[in-house]
Amino acid sequence: MDAFLHQVLAGLATGGIYASLALALVMIYQATHHVNFAQGEMAMFTTYIAWSLINAGVPYWWAFLLTVVVAFAFGILVERIVIRPIQHAPVLAVVVVFIALLVILNSVTGWIYSYTIKSFPSPFPAERPFGFKYMSSHELGAIGITLAVLLLLYAFFRFTPLGLAMRAAAQNAESARLVGIRVGWMLALGWGLAAAIGAVAGMMVAPIVYLDPNMMGGVLLYAFAAALVGGIDNPWGAVFGGFLVGVLENVLGAFVIGNELKLSVALVLIIGVLLVRPSGFFGSVHVTRV
Amino acid sequence: MTKKTLLIVVLLLAACALPFLVSNYRTFQFTLVLIYAIALLGLNILTGYNGQVSLGHGAFYAIGAYVAAVLMDKAGVPYWATLPAAGAVCLLAGFLFGLPALRLEGLYLALATFALGVSLPQLLKYKALEPWTGGVQGIVIPKPEAPAFFADAGLPLNPDQWLYFFTLAITLLMFLLGWNLLRGRVGRALVAIRDHHIAAQAMGVNNALYKSLAFGVSAMYTGIAGALGAIAVQFVAPDSFNIFLSILLLVGIVIGGLASISGALYGALFIQFVPNIADEVSKAAPWAIFGIFMIVSVYLMPTGVAGALRLLLARSRQWGQNKRTSKEELAP
Amino acid sequence: MELLKVTGLRAAYGHTRVLHGIDFAMDKGAITALLGANGAGKTTTLRALCAMVKTQGEIHLDGERIDGRATEDIVRHGVAHVPDGRGTFLNLSTEENLWLGAYTRKDRGAVQADLERVYGYFPRLRERRRQQAGTLSGGEQQMLAISRALMLSPKLMLLDEPSFGLAPLLVRDLFEILRRIYRQEQVSLLLVEQNAAMALELADSAYLIETGRVVLAGTSADLKRDDSVRRAYLGY
Repeated sequence: MDAFLHQVLAGLATGGIYASLALALVMIYQATHHVNFAQGEMAMFTTYIAWSLINAGVPYWWAFLLTVVVAFAFGILVERIVIRPIQHAPVLAVVVVFIALLVILNSVTGWIYSYTIKSFPSPFPAERPFGFKYMSSHELGAIGITLAVLLLLYAFFRFTPLGLAMRAAAQNAESARLVGIRVGWMLALGWGLAAAIGAVAGMMVAPIVYLDPNMMGGVLLYAFAAALVGGIDNPWGAVFGGFLVGVLENVLGAFVIGNELKLSVALVLIIGVLLVRPSGFFGSVHVTRV
Repeated sequence: MTKKTLLIVVLLLAACALPFLVSNYRTFQFTLVLIYAIALLGLNILTGYNGQVSLGHGAFYAIGAYVAAVLMDKAGVPYWATLPAAGAVCLLAGFLFGLPALRLEGLYLALATFALGVSLPQLLKYKALEPWTGGVQGIVIPKPEAPAFFADAGLPLNPDQWLYFFTLAITLLMFLLGWNLLRGRVGRALVAIRDHHIAAQAMGVNNALYKSLAFGVSAMYTGIAGALGAIAVQFVAPDSFNIFLSILLLVGIVIGGLASISGALYGALFIQFVPNIADEVSKAAPWAIFGIFMIVSVYLMPTGVAGALRLLLARSRQWGQNKRTSKEELAP
Repeated sequence: MELLKVTGLRAAYGHTRVLHGIDFAMDKGAITALLGANGAGKTTTLRALCAMVKTQGEIHLDGERIDGRATEDIVRHGVAHVPDGRGTFLNLSTEENLWLGAYTRKDRGAVQADLERVYGYFPRLRERRRQQAGTLSGGEQQMLAISRALMLSPKLMLLDEPSFGLAPLLVRDLFEILRRIYRQEQVSLLLVEQNAAMALELADSAYLIETGRVVLAGTSADLKRDDSVRRAYLGY
């Protein structure tokens, strides 16, 4: 029972990270109907930037904030320069560009920082919180940060005019233009926010898996699974999916299939959802007119 | 004899002379080029001609490689016999994977195959299969020797040279088969499905059958390439079959030229030799170059090297014709 | 005072040319109707005014040239388009749809006042203010679309087939309200309608468009009297 509880709680912690990345994926998918295969590498790259800042002596939370801002700007740049030209290109071209982005970010990071594994600090104390034996402070802290980010995002989209405009642009670009919304810039902003969320996810996961250019490969897969399970066009679904996948991964890994096969949980979920119920739990069902 | 046939004959003669003109290591590199070419032709059949995006073809390469390795290591099967076995297994595997894939469109198929590609090393390390697959350490296999008959005939071939000629023969066979397949009814059906699947269906093309077969045949090609690869490198291990292998194959067909047979060869040359040159700069450089070339390809050269060459040829022919006509016009 | 002047407007969807040179003009404070059969190019004309389709030719709005500008910019010049199909943001609430209409405005206080006024024209919308817009009926969505356009505080309102899919009684009520809006809001209306009779009742002047060209122009009274119009479009 003890062990089970521990796995569930640890699963919620990593689940929060998957939820954040899944949310970033869903945000971009909703607005563009593209899957950002490079989301993980963008998060990884920005986490390395955080590492550089911390190594240069910048206090953790300032480095955190600066990284989020840099990631935001980076996301906007990528959208305007790389993605905009291929917005309406055929699927294969779009997939190729995203994979190219993945590969470039991965290799440039390896080039600049080398492939040796580095440790990344956690802002949370090493002692267990209140002697709570089931979770480390970092795990608890990660859940807290994730929830804070999700709440901020919710408030932004629900209560600000810009958030409303972004939602409108994602749902109906033509009508959005008719009320004067600059849809192109809304897309760029969406990418910026997604990149910023990714940076937070990266900084929360790095202390656990250690900083290495290939650290986000598995995380990205879990995020895909989470986004699909929740419904690829539903942000709430992404969050729900993230926590669910996190718990499933840990529980199945510890008690059913063994830790070496954990990634296959994501694989089975992805293929299973796509075949059985492509709209996931909460996504909208698409009917295409012939 | 047309110019094209003449060109092919010249190339073939050059290919046959190669191992006697360059070092063993170079010969080995060209053997790898041929192996990649087969794998790329496989992926091209599925993605280029039939429009089904696969980001996980490394899985079929891996299956072919492991079939060869396990048969040679555990069952003492001679190396050349592992090829049809690898081909058969992958044909079946590809077809079986192609059946559920029928329900997945473009982006979602890319996602599903991407997931396969990422989780592949872990699947290959599965503990229960270890007695067969050798687990994390993998399997080592011996290098094949040239048949004695060559030495007896006064033309001794060292193992690298023999492997090269063996691979060359298989490559020619596979390319011939592929060329025959793609220029006929099957090829047209595949392209029709890619471009207008509803119209194709309405005209009586059995989409489901062709799409699954495309998957099967494509997997078979890549599997045979994998088997050859295992024999050439003498080693299989799970970590060499990660997502970057699948991405490498994608790079090859995009840069070489989608829906093109010669494209497979150009792509193979690119993915084999760019790392050799770029490795001098940094371990990471080759992939950065691949990424940049992929983006450049999409924006500027969507038909790849094969398409660009075709365009250049057509332009130069046009230019030659214009010169001739203008000369004629000037004559009284 | 001239509000809108269109000269030689040509438009195409891909390779299919739909408008072959449309000329017309509108004064400030006028209601003008564009009439014509299905496929004549009426909707395309409105879309061309908002740069929703590739155009050639000149469009002058209140003295300024707006052809070649992006839709979002044209909107900021005071053009509100009520598209055919309503263009409702189905997943947002009624009130969020209305707020979006005022997206480009800076005067928060006046926007709030406008919101109240809009609810005055369409009390049904106030009842459904928090409801998801996709659950509104066709008639209610039409009211919402017109209200959203009003929230822009436009100089010119383009209405594309406002009567489409509505029951005759609803159409009558709608046109009544349009008349009220016109009088109270001092906005000029450019109306595209297949229902020629209702359009000619509301509008001062009209243009008849056939296969991408203006074939007849004049006051509503003139067009109502014209034999060919009567037979083809008014049914008697």
